[in-house]
Amino acid sequence: MNNITPYSSPHYFIYLLILLLPIIIGLWFGKRFKIYDFFATVVILITAFFGGNMKQGISLIFYILFEMVVIFTYRAYRKKYNNFWVFTLFVILAIVPLVFVKLDPLLNNATISLFGFMGISYLTFKSVEIVMESRDGVIKELKPFEFVRFLLFFPTITSGPIDRFKRFQKDVLNVPSRDEYVELLHSGVNKLMKGLLYKFIIGYFFGTLLLPKIEILTLSYRGQTPLGLSWALVAYMYVYSMYLFFDFAGYSLFAVAISNFMGIKTPMNFNAPFKSKNIKDFWNRWHMTLSFWFRDFIYMRLMFTIIKHKWFKSRVTIANLGYVTLFLIMGFWHGETWYYIVYGIFHALAMITNDAWLRLKKRHRKSIPSNKFTHAFAVFLTFNVVCFSFMIFSGILDKLWF
Amino acid sequence: MDDIKAKIVDILKDVTGLDDAGQDADQDLFKDGVLDSMATVEVLVTLQDTFGITVPVSEFDRSQWSTVNKIAQQVQELE
Repeated sequence: MNNITPYSSPHYFIYLLILLLPIIIGLWFGKRFKIYDFFATVVILITAFFGGNMKQGISLIFYILFEMVVIFTYRAYRKKYNNFWVFTLFVILAIVPLVFVKLDPLLNNATISLFGFMGISYLTFKSVEIVMESRDGVIKELKPFEFVRFLLFFPTITSGPIDRFKRFQKDVLNVPSRDEYVELLHSGVNKLMKGLLYKFIIGYFFGTLLLPKIEILTLSYRGQTPLGLSWALVAYMYVYSMYLFFDFAGYSLFAVAISNFMGIKTPMNFNAPFKSKNIKDFWNRWHMTLSFWFRDFIYMRLMFTIIKHKWFKSRVTIANLGYVTLFLIMGFWHGETWYYIVYGIFHALAMITNDAWLRLKKRHRKSIPSNKFTHAFAVFLTFNVVCFSFMIFSGILDKLWF
Repeated sequence: MDDIKAKIVDILKDVTGLDDAGQDADQDLFKDGVLDSMATVEVLVTLQDTFGITVPVSEFDRSQWSTVNKIAQQVQELE
């Protein structure tokens, strides 16, 4: 038996829906069965992490125990004291397992990633959120059981969307009324169907049927033209972008749909990102729970500190510094390869350029036209900038050049 | 309360450089793109200095700070 990646095949849904049936019937009659929820979680975790050699499963258990020690130690400390450096230390501690996993390919040392399992990034976002909100006193009470339930909520365990603790608690402690639940089931079924279309039809078409062929064609120009550039690379850029969106948006729709069936309103991850009118707009529509996490827990906090302490005067400098920091961290988070870092820098530069343009536009409001043609051009330009960044992200240039 | 609102509108105008910022006290400042993250932080810091309140960043729930009326209410509660 091997590990079964959640939502990876249409069959998975048949088993999943059978497993969910008691939960759905319970909610229909206004009940949450805590014990059964726990049982279902265990079943999913076993199929996802303990198939095969159990290595991932053991890592997961170690990881959860480690984060529990970190978080509950910090919360105990925070009751009496509030030192900035102690807080920083605990944030770093919460990230350490992820850092090990991310550094692993770089060091070529398989023993270092004791914590390697699918979805560790997403659990780490949740853990760090809890450390930060514990410092701010926003999470007043936290029982170990609640922490584990939040972290291991199985519809979102491997790839998000990243929920927030207080939001999640509100749903999980509440049983929706019959009307609300009918509404949730309805939206869940819709999202499930849309997800199936996205991931298993459109995503499959682009990712499994087209992409490998175009990749071979693109790489056949290696060494033949300057930098191996070709029209095939341009085609690769668009096909990869379509695949990335439909595959990930499809997956995210599944996660939200299954959450809905369980009476949890997990936030959406995508909002028509290819309709974005500029790059800032794009980050409000693409992988939203991740970009909002970065916005709330890194960007805004950094801005807040810098402005409060008046480290820099110019607001343009501060905002740009924030972008570079934010997108570099995002690049490193994706993985320690040159193309993820370049992808981060590229987006930071795009944001800085975009801000400069918006300032210019504000100053010359009267002389710069704004109509449906300029809007269409803006959407077109943003789409191409984004696809170009995904081409960097895909790593195709690494294969083409090195 | 009207005094608070007037001060908030002044802050919004200062930060955004828009003459009509916050004109409509029920306008959604985030949705309509009046405030981005950077401007939001500037507004929060200025609110702290002006009213002597402390806004914990993670208490900052966008839906509760999205209009002039809502900001005024938050300020009053925190004062």
